[in-house]
Amino acid sequence: MRDLLTRERLITAALLTVFALLPPVAEAFGQGYLTNVASRVMIYAIAALSLDLILGYGAMVSFGHAAFIGIGAYAVGISAEHNLWEGTLTIPMAMAAAGLFALATGAISLRTRGVYFIMITLAFGQMAYYTASSLSAYGGDDGLTIWGRSEVLGNPVLEDDTALYFFVLICLALCWWVASRVVGSRFGRVIAGVRENRARMSAVGFDAYRHQLVAYVLAGMMAGLAGALLANHAEFVSPAYMSWQRSGDLIIMVVLGGMGSLYGAVLGAVAYLALEDVLAGFTEHWRVIFGPLLILIVLYARGGLARAFRREGPSREGRDG
Amino acid sequence: MGRGIKALALAAGMTVAGALGAAQAAEPLKIGMMVTLSGPPAVLGNHIRDGFQLFVDENGGKLGGRDVEMIVVDDELKPDVALTKVKELLERDKVDFVAGIVFSNILQAVFRPVTESETFLIGANAGTSTFAGRGCNKYFFSTSWQNDQIHEVMGKYAQEKGFKKVFLMAPNYQAGKDSINGFKRYYEGEVVDEVYTKLGNLDFSAELAKIAAAKPDAMFTFMPGGMGVNLVRQFNQAGLADSVTFLSAFTVDGTTLPATKDAALGLFSSSQWTPDMDNEANKKFVTAYEAKYDSVPSLYSSQGYDAAQLIDSAVAAVGGDLSDKDAVIAALKKADFASVRGDFKFNNNHFPIQDFYLVKAVKRDDGAYHTTVVEKVFDDYGDVHAKDCRME
Amino acid sequence: MTATLFAVQVLNGLQLGVLLFLVAAGLTLVFGVMDFINLAHGVQYMLGAYLAVTFYGLTGNFFATVVLALAAALVLGLVLEVLVFRHFYDRDHLDQVLATFGVILFLNEGVRIVWGASPLSYPGPEILQGAIPVMDGFGYPVYRIALIVAGLICAAGLWLVVARTKVGMLIRAGAANPAMLSALGVNVRQLFMVVFGFGAMLAGFAGVMAGPIFSVEPGMGDGVLILAFVVIVIGGIGSIRGAFLAALLVGLVDTLGRSFMTDIFKLFLEPSAANQVGPAIASMLIYVLMAGVLFFRPTGLFPAPGRA
Repeated sequence: MRDLLTRERLITAALLTVFALLPPVAEAFGQGYLTNVASRVMIYAIAALSLDLILGYGAMVSFGHAAFIGIGAYAVGISAEHNLWEGTLTIPMAMAAAGLFALATGAISLRTRGVYFIMITLAFGQMAYYTASSLSAYGGDDGLTIWGRSEVLGNPVLEDDTALYFFVLICLALCWWVASRVVGSRFGRVIAGVRENRARMSAVGFDAYRHQLVAYVLAGMMAGLAGALLANHAEFVSPAYMSWQRSGDLIIMVVLGGMGSLYGAVLGAVAYLALEDVLAGFTEHWRVIFGPLLILIVLYARGGLARAFRREGPSREGRDG
Repeated sequence: MGRGIKALALAAGMTVAGALGAAQAAEPLKIGMMVTLSGPPAVLGNHIRDGFQLFVDENGGKLGGRDVEMIVVDDELKPDVALTKVKELLERDKVDFVAGIVFSNILQAVFRPVTESETFLIGANAGTSTFAGRGCNKYFFSTSWQNDQIHEVMGKYAQEKGFKKVFLMAPNYQAGKDSINGFKRYYEGEVVDEVYTKLGNLDFSAELAKIAAAKPDAMFTFMPGGMGVNLVRQFNQAGLADSVTFLSAFTVDGTTLPATKDAALGLFSSSQWTPDMDNEANKKFVTAYEAKYDSVPSLYSSQGYDAAQLIDSAVAAVGGDLSDKDAVIAALKKADFASVRGDFKFNNNHFPIQDFYLVKAVKRDDGAYHTTVVEKVFDDYGDVHAKDCRME
Repeated sequence: MTATLFAVQVLNGLQLGVLLFLVAAGLTLVFGVMDFINLAHGVQYMLGAYLAVTFYGLTGNFFATVVLALAAALVLGLVLEVLVFRHFYDRDHLDQVLATFGVILFLNEGVRIVWGASPLSYPGPEILQGAIPVMDGFGYPVYRIALIVAGLICAAGLWLVVARTKVGMLIRAGAANPAMLSALGVNVRQLFMVVFGFGAMLAGFAGVMAGPIFSVEPGMGDGVLILAFVVIVIGGIGSIRGAFLAALLVGLVDTLGRSFMTDIFKLFLEPSAANQVGPAIASMLIYVLMAGVLFFRPTGLFPAPGRA
């Protein structure tokens, strides 16, 4: 166990270092645009991390996770529309809004399990999607262009792509740290315990429902942060951020990377988006390659990409149902 | 671990190689063609790209005397994907022109990065009102129309024809709402009902029953792509065609006719172009297009073709030298080419001033379906937003 | 007048419900019996429609098309089972999601390469053309009524098979307790193939029947898949009866919501506000329904016995 933990720490540090070195290296090779691509990848990594927290550790398969991203993004977009640009206000607002939505929907959703949980979270995700689509004051289905990025204490420092990149990187590192603290805490062990045997955890006096709800809200807030960053990166928000396909993409990232290890989620996001980008560069019909590739990965790389970094891992935990 | 990782490593290697290769060959005129090639609306993107490609091929792979390197990218109809990819086009590929853009929300997302990098943006379809009015930009030119115009044609026609009661229906998204507003700008009669359907809705039986109950003289609708195919066929199956005049925008066109077939015959639509328009440029275009792609071109194909012609004319006018941006803009502004739609000149907001027609679907002797002009509704018509555009 | 309109909308709702049932039936069986989440069930619906386009082009006869397309859908379904799905039966649900998602990507893009991106279509049979006049200038298409009837016959047939035959008994036993079934010496693998092929055929049949009304286009199965999931979750996983009732419920709620929601809002809101709120609420109505049902009955309306 101790060995596994240090290994996790090592890989985490390695991944973060790679991210930190990317902009200067890309610049040196005249590939500055990569910084931009990587910002988006890291933003999705934050979202995947937040999903992994509940999916990988708590077996709560949220199929409406994109809604939190969208709510976070809209919080920034709508604030900007009303001329509020201060990031130290809007980003916490985005997280709070997503967290509140997670609290309300989680309180209902967590009454159900397994596939029913998947579907009820989808339902809430769709409600958020259609609500955003009908906000014609904020662009409705076309989305809303944000004419600038958030300011930091009145300073438009994020206008620079590289500055934004490092801001996203710091957020990613912070989320990672928070997530690993949560996972390692007593609270995290209760969540994992509920996944393995709910009845036993209840029997020894833990309120499974309340623990799960707290984890769900935390994940929602983290995804809300990803949304706020996405809005800043794209300088555009759209209901498309909340579509069920996006929620599906996030699940795929987490499963692809390997559930239940935090770096797995990050690896999954990187691999998924990079593959998509690279294959799309080959042929317009890249999905014909991507689809079978996914199948092969699940077939032969059981436990996801993260597994490749472990000598031997514990066998996959039980079904989600 | 297995194949996933290996594939990744391989793929990563290839990107680097690809990027380096691209950096070495700097000479050709680089055009980033951004269109939607995923999902149901992919057909629109295909047509624009095919039309554009056709002109380039006809011209020996050159535009304005320079060899063309075309980089086609799929925006997947996701604004943030479009944004990432357009930044790649601008920063990695350093394209001279970005062309295409099927949907308004994609145009919204890419407009700012493209124009701020002082790259020419040639819109071949989406014509959002923002960018025709207040948000107009000297780097942006459109070879299609301003969205409202197509709908206004139908409103004006309904008004002139004296329809007393009209039923309006559009998908529940911004373009749908703009469509209804565009129609109402010229139509002053009674609107018996306005119905907004879910985007991507496939079954219109509920709406058709409402239409039958409301007994309007005519209905106006905007249902692009597969939605239009369904609506037209279900309209026909319900037998409404006898009592209700069907007016539409982007619903009966070259992309939907192969699927609606007879069901669309006689239904009205509005357009700035039809395949049987009688001018030299158009005859050449349609013949070549049918020979190459074995299908009748749609208005989207014609817009793609004109986009290529526009770039060709401007690059030729500046002798292939794009360094003086204002000179290129001036050359683009002249629109010195024979548009397949006939009259074409740019307004102050860089949207075309052109004629608009009432068109209807007909069947050709060889069994192919296409649209044909019934009457001209607007002559040399510029859009209403142009007055808000503060551009020289 | 309003009564007629309402009746027509109810018919429309039934017709959507019947179509959803055909897709959902296979999904709920495969899920219930094999504990296998098959996201690719929607593309089987799409394949049915595309195969029909091709066979209609070859034969020009609707009924021959139905038979041929069904046979081909069955074959393709079994090929997929052998090539892909079979290897994931004993995996985690999420592995299944990922693998079948891969199948969706592949097939959606595959049909685009083979048949092109443009929407396609084929007509219904000659004898089902025309419409039954229900109000002035508006008829209810005969084909749609035929579709409702065909769907109901399928549902009845399915109920007979599941409730009255030996295979049906095994299927029910499988839905309630798969481990026990294999312990009793039943060839579960064979049973799985039967269930799977049957499900694929039902989805394909839905696709074939939908073709003459809807346009045939890449990705047409994705939306249907989500609706089918809504149906089986409301109905209770593994329950044919639940799927049937939930499908009709979803069909009716969606159709009636779309037709009357905006009008209801117009009673107490400005028309422009109603036009904004109404369609948004109508679109999310079935999700509200699902959330509501799950709130009160966390395992759906008719959970299969033995499954919590």
